[in-house]
Amino acid sequence: MTREEVLLDFTSRFHEDILDLYDKSRSRVYVTITPESILRIGTYLFRNVGARFNIASGTDMPPNIEILYHFIVEDINLLISLRVLLDREDPVIDSLGRDIEAMNWIEREMSELLGITFTGHPDPRRLLLADNWPEGVYPLRQDYEEWDETADRTRGI
Amino acid sequence: MMGRTIIPIGPYHPLQEEPEFFTLTVEGETVVDIDVRIGYNHRGIEKLSELKTFENSTFVIERICGICSTSHPFAYTRAVEDVFPMEVPIRAKYIRTIIAEGERIHSHLLWLGLAGHFIGYNTVYMWAWKLREEILDVLEILSGNRNNYAMFKPGGVRRDIKAGDIPVCLKKIDSILPTLDMLKKAVLDDPVLHARLKGVGVMTYQEAIDFSALGPTSRASGVARDVRKDSPYGAYQEMEWDMIVTQNGDVFDKAVVRILEMFESAKIMKYCLNNLPDGEIDANIMDVPPGEGIGHIEAPRGETFHYVKSDGTNRPVRHKVRAPTFMNLPTYKATVQGETISDATIILAAIDPCYCCTERIAVKDPRGRLLYNGKDLVQLSREKTEKMKRRMGVR
Repeated sequence: MTREEVLLDFTSRFHEDILDLYDKSRSRVYVTITPESILRIGTYLFRNVGARFNIASGTDMPPNIEILYHFIVEDINLLISLRVLLDREDPVIDSLGRDIEAMNWIEREMSELLGITFTGHPDPRRLLLADNWPEGVYPLRQDYEEWDETADRTRGI
Repeated sequence: MMGRTIIPIGPYHPLQEEPEFFTLTVEGETVVDIDVRIGYNHRGIEKLSELKTFENSTFVIERICGICSTSHPFAYTRAVEDVFPMEVPIRAKYIRTIIAEGERIHSHLLWLGLAGHFIGYNTVYMWAWKLREEILDVLEILSGNRNNYAMFKPGGVRRDIKAGDIPVCLKKIDSILPTLDMLKKAVLDDPVLHARLKGVGVMTYQEAIDFSALGPTSRASGVARDVRKDSPYGAYQEMEWDMIVTQNGDVFDKAVVRILEMFESAKIMKYCLNNLPDGEIDANIMDVPPGEGIGHIEAPRGETFHYVKSDGTNRPVRHKVRAPTFMNLPTYKATVQGETISDATIILAAIDPCYCCTERIAVKDPRGRLLYNGKDLVQLSREKTEKMKRRMGVR
């Protein structure tokens, strides 16, 4: 399928869930979708279109938390980034890691660094942070404050 | 039911870059379950990068990894350039490609040497690392450093290649090719290595797809996936070169992919050095506009992915870094289960993450008596090779 066919098929299939589509360049498309539809759309891209899952990136943008799921369709060199906006006070979204092994780790990482809850994640343990890191402190949030009095994290600022 | 023993591996390991902690559950000699814990080396670079200007971030990013210190700046600068989006001058593209391919050769040689060391082939280890020095010399001539080359900046490169250096570099690359060829034959034609590594730690095509495995780890399982071919960048579309894909997915095939890739990399490097176009090396970008950009490139271990979000100031609002090992590491679940402990070391090493902390492996029986430590496990792996040699009548 060509780039246009893939995009047309995608938009017509999920037109109710797509809030915005930004066709940035030949190889980059950003699609804003409703959080409820992530399971259908993510699984469709991965299993049916045959896209490879690059990674997801979470950003704290008050009053929202934004997640971008990056998928690349390698045959046509098209990187589709699915954008989801969550409520910052209660960021909850369905877990894709339950069905797709490749997303298991990044969801664990986002849940500890940004405090996003992934419902149905098979293994919701911490991935990167240390054992003595307090619960409810999320280092990638904008309002993160140093909690460890002994830590020196001023280098390079 | 046979009793289960838990083997902790890690978290400190002295050989490659990442500390990790593996928990192997074994029944007798067979590994039945594996769990990985990472995070010991989490330095918060994504957060740190938000405090630096776009240009300064390049140097922090370069220090993420000591082995592939080009792949991260390469992906990062491409992400910043994608915010515009803009193209860098053609000469800068060639220089970037030369450095990236030199790095691929030295990284694969490093892996090959360590892999040889682990199964008791110290000759391979010595030869591979000797050749690696020659490539590091080339990189030192071109960039001034053996590692952490500091060649990249958003919009171009920081240092030009002098015309007088090119023949010296070409001669050095040519001089290692015959030895590399010998090494290739020594590894690929060795009956003991065939017996030792074939069919060990197999990852199927479907598993490679499900885990979104990258680089040589996926190409050994028949997944023809290479960012240099799929999303051409740098100077890769300017010349003919082959993507190396094998079908079996075992440790041997992963070694084959890496060995053959070095020849392709040498070919690309030589083409770029011979055909280096004239012109500017830097587009001198001033302000990065608001927006977001994605840069991904093929590092020696697979795709490195960077995402940069800019709000029009001189610092990124968000900088996401994804190294290839992040996707390749979880494939252990598919490859190690069902194998023996003496093979676990080489399988864990086969995706080229790191040499998994072998000095600190300790095997204890249920009453807490020490059965093996790291040295013993490497010894186990070597003894298996020796046993095979005797059985096959090879000396």
